[in-house]
Amino acid sequence: MARPVATADTPVALGRGGGASADAPEPARRVRFGGRARDRPPGEPRRVAYLYLIPAALIFGTFTLAPLVHSVWLSLFQWDGITAGKWVGLHNYADVLSDPVQREAFGHALVLLIFYAVIPLLIGLLIAGLVARSHIRGFAFFRVVLFLPQVIALVVVAVMWRMIYDPNDGPINETLRSIGLGGLAKSWLGDFDVALPAVGLIGTWVMYGLAMVLLTAGVQKIPRSLYDAARVDGAGPVREFFAVTLPALRGEIAVALTLSTIAALRNFDLVYITTKGGPGTSTSVPAYQVYERAFLTGKVGSASAMGLMLAALIFVLSAIINRVAERGQAR
Amino acid sequence: MKASRVLGSVVAIGATALAAGCGTPGGDDSSNAPKTTTAAQAKPDIAKAGNVTLTVWDQEVRGGQAAQIKELNKQFQAKYPNVKIKRVAKSFDDLNTTLKLAVSGPKAPDVVEANQGLGVMGQLVKAKLLRPIDDYAKIYGWADRYPSLLLDLNKFEANGTTFGSGDLYGLSQMGEIVGVFYNKKKVTTPPKTLAEFEQQLAAAKQSGDVPIQFGNLDKWPGIHEYETVLGQVAPKQSVRDFVFQKSGASFDTPEFQDAAAKIQDWAKKGYFTDDFNGTGYDPAWQRFAKGRGHFLIAGTWLVADLAKQMGDNVGFMPLPGQQAGGDPVALGGESLPFTVTSKSKHPDVAAAYIDFLTDQNATNVLAQTDNLPAMKYDAPAPSAALTKDVATAWKALGDADGLIPYADYTTPTFGDDLGGAIQQMLAGKDSPTDFTKGVQEKVDASKSS
Repeated sequence: MARPVATADTPVALGRGGGASADAPEPARRVRFGGRARDRPPGEPRRVAYLYLIPAALIFGTFTLAPLVHSVWLSLFQWDGITAGKWVGLHNYADVLSDPVQREAFGHALVLLIFYAVIPLLIGLLIAGLVARSHIRGFAFFRVVLFLPQVIALVVVAVMWRMIYDPNDGPINETLRSIGLGGLAKSWLGDFDVALPAVGLIGTWVMYGLAMVLLTAGVQKIPRSLYDAARVDGAGPVREFFAVTLPALRGEIAVALTLSTIAALRNFDLVYITTKGGPGTSTSVPAYQVYERAFLTGKVGSASAMGLMLAALIFVLSAIINRVAERGQAR
Repeated sequence: MKASRVLGSVVAIGATALAAGCGTPGGDDSSNAPKTTTAAQAKPDIAKAGNVTLTVWDQEVRGGQAAQIKELNKQFQAKYPNVKIKRVAKSFDDLNTTLKLAVSGPKAPDVVEANQGLGVMGQLVKAKLLRPIDDYAKIYGWADRYPSLLLDLNKFEANGTTFGSGDLYGLSQMGEIVGVFYNKKKVTTPPKTLAEFEQQLAAAKQSGDVPIQFGNLDKWPGIHEYETVLGQVAPKQSVRDFVFQKSGASFDTPEFQDAAAKIQDWAKKGYFTDDFNGTGYDPAWQRFAKGRGHFLIAGTWLVADLAKQMGDNVGFMPLPGQQAGGDPVALGGESLPFTVTSKSKHPDVAAAYIDFLTDQNATNVLAQTDNLPAMKYDAPAPSAALTKDVATAWKALGDADGLIPYADYTTPTFGDDLGGAIQQMLAGKDSPTDFTKGVQEKVDASKSS
């Protein structure tokens, strides 16, 4: 089990790496920010500053960049993991784009994005909006309870949900039958049309707590005076939400969306344990394909190409989310 | 400016990394492949081999498996005090994912259990990391020790892409059969023919019980149901030829379609658990163990658990064929083979060890520790009803040479491909002809890439 998780993590390493390199200019800025730096001979303090960067750069380089560059290298080969690889250039990438099963996997990842990122965000916003209007007694308790799914290991979550979804003895179908809605009972993870949303709902259950905690925390730092002003201007609850709460939460929304988007796209554990990509290939996702190729079927080059494309997708989406959020804040 | 510097350092670090990892992955084929040393001519005297430490990687970590290997290791070291066995025990998954690196590394173990098929053994053979042991097989007479299919499963052509023939690379200890478990309280007279079996399924359905407990959420169980039926519908040679990818063999034949049609028909008639595609493998057999359902088509790996929960109320048999009393055919195979690595400095000792793990004495030890020995030797008869059924079935299958191999050996991706295709076919999304055609297309695609 350790290995699959590590594979699923690879794209994230890049996601984080992307964030880290965006942060990298910070030391340089600090030197200028000091102002006093200009009084000293120019250049020297800057060079010293680079010394401070060395340990971090070494660690980052060794454990993140080097493997990343190495997998770029590997993705250009057809390699089974032991015998000599064969240079195939960009063929592996072309293969990912042309193979319907692999393309389909990316499509599934985008569907999961709705369940992992969008729906949890909407739930979080709804709760945040309610909290902004009124104080709820014992809210800290509810917050802890609702956040719990985040804390449980995903493997445990997946095993639990497999039992919950069991078509014969699972609580969902039993409840439906007992209240006379047996017609709605389904083979949740075994039905070709329902399996992907069913896996997605597990993701919603896991992620909405995170979105809610981030957003309600954000609401609490909005000055009351803004709400008072809105009310004086005659805003109702809906208007108040869109005029005050939503704009003020821009930063938190960006964080929640970034985290949940990454979780959605690198999703491996849930699929591996609940459906193994089935029935047929209806829940196959890129991270699962990466694991399968690298460790089961000896297609290391193809797995690298797929992993890198997934990483690139994650990088682009997080960049877009942050760009949009920043632009809003500058306004 | 800032950005370019950051970029510069990234490029610098990247270039270093590239330089470090440069060269073709896997290195030069000819230099890293050790040549097979010498061919053994006569039975070596291990007692005179000097002090030898034999490193062994195995996955015999559960229950009776662990008990037998510990006992046999102890006995081997008692017989040859000059040999020390350094055992590295790993789980099946752990072994499969780490073995390639270990065997290709500088401190390769001497004896390893390498999983059959193209995924592990084929790649090790292709990289010349395993030593062919035909010379030892001749000296020790291993060919007489096993039914021929079981030896074939451990054979590979030197190219590493064709198996089932070629050089012998290892020996397995235990047998495995996929057959029919039945609840003796409900099935009073076990069916003698496939037609009788189907009549009993219909009767079970009518009585309101689940005829066959079946959970196919994990994708692979469907392969066992399909192949079990296939063994009764298609000639066993055509199944073997397909799995071993003999020229001209195909999945897209009328017999393979017939088997698909039969099992799809069973699904339509409700002979399987409702919503089987959404039901897990474990919940399904556990329900059977609790007394729900007449039959369960599964492998002998469930014997210990079923016997514990059902006692004498459970029986086992190969799926009956078209005619009563015919030669039995069942899906089955053997445990992972013990193989000798090319880098081993003590191939003679390694071969003697493998011989020791599979001889008459080992057969007795295996039987005493509740395992099913794969060898043709007579073993002490088990006392419990279920293990007795299994041993009888194994003997009959061995005498009739009636085992057909797992289809997922066919190509590295075949387990997933076929499992998914069977889910589709059983859900009624594909006709039996679409199914066999689609599966054959996947095999062709896998071979061409």
